[in-house]
Amino acid sequence: MKQFVLASLLAGSVAMPAMADYTIIAPANPGGGWDQTARTMQTVLQEEGISKSVQVQNVPGAGGTIGLAQFASQNKGNPDALIVGGYVMVGAILTNNSPVSLKDVTPIARLTGEYEAIVVPAASPIKDIAGLIESLKADPGAVSWAGGSAGGTDHIAVGLIAKAAGVDPTKINYIAYSGGGEALAAILGNQVTAGISSLGEFDAQIKAGTLRLLAVSSPERIAGADAPTLKEAGLDVELQNWRMVAAAPGLSDEQKAKVTADVEKMVKSENWQKQLADKGWSDTYLSGADFDAQLEKDVTSTGTVLKDIGLVK
Amino acid sequence: MGAFDFLMQGLATAAEPMMLLYALIGVTLGTAVGVLPGIGPALTVALLLPVTYRLDPAGSLIMFAGIYYGGMYGGSTTSILLNTPGESASIITALEGNKMARKGRGGPALATAAIGSFVAGLIATLLLAFLAPSIVKVALVFGPREYFALMVLAFVTVSAAFGDSALRGLTSLFLGLALACVGIDQLTGQARMSFGVPELLDGIEVTTMAVAMFAIGEALFIAGQKNQQDDEVTAVKGSVWMSRSDWARSWKPWLRGTFLGFPIGAMPAGGAEIGTFLSYATEKKLSKHPEEFGHGAIEGVAGPEAANNASAAGTLVPLLTLGLPTSATAAIMLAGFQQFGLQPGPLLFATNPTLVWGLIASLLIANAMLLVLNLPLIGLWVKLLTVPKPWLYAGILLFATLGTIGANPSSFELGMLLGFGVLGYVMRLFGYPIAPIVVGLILGPMAEQQLRRALAISQGDWTVLVQSPIAATLLGIAALALIVPLILRARGKGQVLAQLGGDED
Repeated sequence: MKQFVLASLLAGSVAMPAMADYTIIAPANPGGGWDQTARTMQTVLQEEGISKSVQVQNVPGAGGTIGLAQFASQNKGNPDALIVGGYVMVGAILTNNSPVSLKDVTPIARLTGEYEAIVVPAASPIKDIAGLIESLKADPGAVSWAGGSAGGTDHIAVGLIAKAAGVDPTKINYIAYSGGGEALAAILGNQVTAGISSLGEFDAQIKAGTLRLLAVSSPERIAGADAPTLKEAGLDVELQNWRMVAAAPGLSDEQKAKVTADVEKMVKSENWQKQLADKGWSDTYLSGADFDAQLEKDVTSTGTVLKDIGLVK
Repeated sequence: MGAFDFLMQGLATAAEPMMLLYALIGVTLGTAVGVLPGIGPALTVALLLPVTYRLDPAGSLIMFAGIYYGGMYGGSTTSILLNTPGESASIITALEGNKMARKGRGGPALATAAIGSFVAGLIATLLLAFLAPSIVKVALVFGPREYFALMVLAFVTVSAAFGDSALRGLTSLFLGLALACVGIDQLTGQARMSFGVPELLDGIEVTTMAVAMFAIGEALFIAGQKNQQDDEVTAVKGSVWMSRSDWARSWKPWLRGTFLGFPIGAMPAGGAEIGTFLSYATEKKLSKHPEEFGHGAIEGVAGPEAANNASAAGTLVPLLTLGLPTSATAAIMLAGFQQFGLQPGPLLFATNPTLVWGLIASLLIANAMLLVLNLPLIGLWVKLLTVPKPWLYAGILLFATLGTIGANPSSFELGMLLGFGVLGYVMRLFGYPIAPIVVGLILGPMAEQQLRRALAISQGDWTVLVQSPIAATLLGIAALALIVPLILRARGKGQVLAQLGGDED
């Protein structure tokens, strides 16, 4: 009897407020960027009182496409389910021929983003981005690039750079590592010609002088990073590795607005801004029609690049 | 202030009563979550990290250190008692540890694992404290070709160490290698042998395979035996504590395991598993009781467990000196540090010595706390084995299933668990060793990727593999390990070797 009373009390207290109990799917293993984004959201949503209880669930695999497929099929019309994703997912959907795409979920907002950095080991004879491009033009195969997973942001960036420099993108010698960290070890150990990953991965090493920063993929120079943009170097490449949050498919406009409002409240909170600063992520919040348009654009351009590199037929 | 003063200062802070309480809470939580099969240290730390956010930096670090070591140790407990390794680094522990447990020697097995973990953790943490910057320089010399040579060495020594029939061992190994090909190819991003099944895109999960092979396969095997009385599980035979001979047989493996595990753990692509494989193979070679291997040799628990823990401290070397997280657990730790504005990297020891040494002191304290918590619990844990066999195995099946579902919530994963469980049963039935298949699944992709990376960088020039002195030396040792037994066998000593080989199951 006691349990029954307790249970009904609990049920009653849960049912009363209009607060959502979110479940966030992190379509990756614990520790990665998506997992950290999901767990940061969990902390902020709870601490700011936007949601009473937030669960994070890891569904790892295949650039997030496994988590995405599971999310889309199991949560139709569920306004409490969220999934974290990002630019890497856009590429993975195309390379893996995933049956489920971002069209099958309800993208809510872009949350954070990082720009790519091109580096060489301090001991490298290559002094600037022009020098690297020269070597690339002379013999594309002789320039080995270490970066994250095949078909991911880093790989796409190299493909874009080659294309912009007038080099056949299928000839690039890209050495894929499971992440920026493992690639960093290869660059520091002088195993490869150049490295490419998010600026944050290399930041400490650049400051310590063990890596030389050649260029960044942002539209304008980044404060604190002593390097030109790719555009300044005459390469028409601009790329941001962004992370987003999406809701389940089949939501009503009202439900979508509610989720968007909750996410916006989270992003605008001081707590969120502090978490971003601690982690070195920049706030690239974008929602609504602007985000939908940007997403559309990214999907199209990524498809073209992946075809050029030869990863997608 | 020198390194030593910083360490002493850190230890003084960490030894305050409140801090010791936090350490105890951390170790308890870590162990409690870590014993759930299928939940490895990475997930344990991810789940419990938010708990530490409420505390001040010192308290948070020490609790975190407790969770980290507790989670590591919890995995070994289930490996030994229930044959369900929670993560790939404790697979080897299950081999001998569970055999010991079923012979009534679960107490000594758990004790040698706990004390070995402590000894390894202690030595490795001190090495980390004083040698990290020089170790990382050596570790960075390891490029794809050196890693490939290391993998070849691991293959040769490990496959020689399993079972008395080379043919069966190799069959099992190659089955593992074949299964390792399933999934997205790391270097090109293309799916291989996944037959359009999305769950197969990421390959076969090592822990699912290990739990299936070890736990499910065995439960089926036990259930399939006609005479249930034959293999009675004795919970406690003799003392639950380590005897004098257990100590004598354990201390050298602890030290050897530490010195194998630490440097490999410090290598950015080394990982914890290879250290445990090499340690197991080494102990089997050096043991005075090689006939006991496969039937519960204490060296086979002591060495790999020490290697496993030493590599956990080794992982912190690239993390603290380069800001380079080389394992999922390390990546979560990185996130944990960032909440204090601590940015691991080459400048960390110079810019933030108090926190770094605080962490190292916390690790030492947590390590000791783990021993304090777990030694008295051993008596309780082994009671688990007095549970009647049908119940025990039903429980194992339940936990194995829950763990798999918990780590990877999909019905396909569950199907794989059961499918591989049946495969494990069939392999046991026909006397094929099951460890090599798991070893193949772990080492296969690593060896393949490193080889292909080396060849991509050299643009297809195979001689690059022997041009580096380190790679050439490792390959040379591997060749010797392969050829010497063949020569011995050819000279008529084959019988001796076969006897030494022992039967795994």
